[in-house]
Amino acid sequence: MSEADEFCGDRHPGFCGDTPRPGQARSTAEAVARRSYGKLVALLSARSRNVSAAEEALSEAFAAALASWPRSGCPTNPEAWLLTAARRKLIDVARHDEKGRLAAAHAQLLDQVLEESDTELDIPDRRLALMFACAHPAIEPGIRAPLMLQLVLGFDAARIASAFLVAPSTMGQRLSRAKNKIRTAGIPLRIPEREEWPERLAAVLDAVYAAFAEGWSDAGELDSGRRDLAEEALFLGRLVAELLPEEPEVLGLVALLLHAEARRRARRSPAGEYVPLGEQNPADWDQALIEEAESLLQRASALGAIGRYQLEAALQSAHVARRRSGRADWPAIVVLYDALLALTDSPVVALNRALAVAELEGAAAALQLIDGLSADPRLLQYQPYWVVRADLLARTGAAAQARDAYDVAIGLERDPAVRRFLQARQAALGLPKS
Amino acid sequence: MQYLLMLYSDEAGWPTLSAAQKEERMGAYNAYTEALRKADVLRGSNRLRPSNAATTVRVTDGKSQVLDGPYADSKEQLGGYYLIDVPDLDAAISWASRCPGASHGTIEVRPLWG
Repeated sequence: MSEADEFCGDRHPGFCGDTPRPGQARSTAEAVARRSYGKLVALLSARSRNVSAAEEALSEAFAAALASWPRSGCPTNPEAWLLTAARRKLIDVARHDEKGRLAAAHAQLLDQVLEESDTELDIPDRRLALMFACAHPAIEPGIRAPLMLQLVLGFDAARIASAFLVAPSTMGQRLSRAKNKIRTAGIPLRIPEREEWPERLAAVLDAVYAAFAEGWSDAGELDSGRRDLAEEALFLGRLVAELLPEEPEVLGLVALLLHAEARRRARRSPAGEYVPLGEQNPADWDQALIEEAESLLQRASALGAIGRYQLEAALQSAHVARRRSGRADWPAIVVLYDALLALTDSPVVALNRALAVAELEGAAAALQLIDGLSADPRLLQYQPYWVVRADLLARTGAAAQARDAYDVAIGLERDPAVRRFLQARQAALGLPKS
Repeated sequence: MQYLLMLYSDEAGWPTLSAAQKEERMGAYNAYTEALRKADVLRGSNRLRPSNAATTVRVTDGKSQVLDGPYADSKEQLGGYYLIDVPDLDAAISWASRCPGASHGTIEVRPLWG
């Protein structure tokens, strides 16, 4: 892709003074890229909807910044400098391409670009509109999160591909198809009307959640690209919360992500072994993140409209109650799962609910519940189903059945640390292998 | 942007409706067309005769082949269209969802070039 992409890696808090210093131009460009990439893309493509052209122009503007800032010093408003430079690039492109069918469209673009050039100092933040375009119902759901990472945060396709475990060329194609769709189908870069709001906002939140989940699933932190992804998704989540501070589900989502993030490290022992939630030491959890999650959740519930992400965050909250009371709040967990089940009708929720029931009423009662679920064919390939089943069977003393269920669970697991953990559990049954 | 709303539905359904139902549906379409016109977004519209009136033509190796029937033989047939001019896809979707055809069939929303 473009040179701009390499600026968007690490965080660089440093900003410019007046004197040029070596390396400072680069770190300023990087900081601006992170803070402003999506803002600038949103502005540059607001009317044309041509996000690809906006990205290209922006990438050239960043390259120009790197060439010019070390000599002349960083501008006082680097964001405005980049915006102006990128707009000039768009005008250049239009001038060089004034033939054929495209000429008219480009001339129109030229007018818009010139007309917008006066608003440099106060750069409006249209990133939310851009995120709504990325998560538009006309965009295939699976590409919404990658598209957001690219257009709002400036990730290159290769980095996104590696995080989502697909080939870079495939990811590149899917991303450009989606960007084309924004332009050709006329997907607006704007915040939707109130009537479409709930469904459209849910799509934005789902995409942020998908990006987070993809990064968080790399529990062994073997891949730094995937680990960063969770942080970047949290950044996106916080951004939405900043732009929509009165939306309870947005706050709920961020609370959920913070709770998960707080326990990231605790999922592995110092030796790299898997530690399930129930066996984690609360001292290993990040208390500051938990506190932030709890206060967000309180703000959300004060707004008085419950939803999926608030319920999931509340579940996390009930689990980490253990850090004070020594015990997770199981009765609350069952009630929350009831509410979540009513909302989602998901067999996965029903499965987790059964686990909570096991804590209150015993493993036998929980087993009855999940026997009722096994009719759902989706669950039979769902690895956690077999873990729960094996665990409950072991607790009721049905060792041979537990061993068989562990076999399936181990066979479906892709994380080596979790696989070792399950193998140890299976061995602890004291039976010969089947 | 201009969008073509293509109305697909099972054309075998229409003859099975009672007179009152037919009248109700025609009324719904008339009201919808009127709403499009009032909003000044309507650029054209029409109903198509049933697909058994269709003929398909294709030229292969310089020889034209003429076939009886519609191009795609599917459960739902193209039965009519509206051509509308609206700012963006969201507006087009919003109009498409209010079309009576969205309730008894499917609407394909397709942008025009230019």
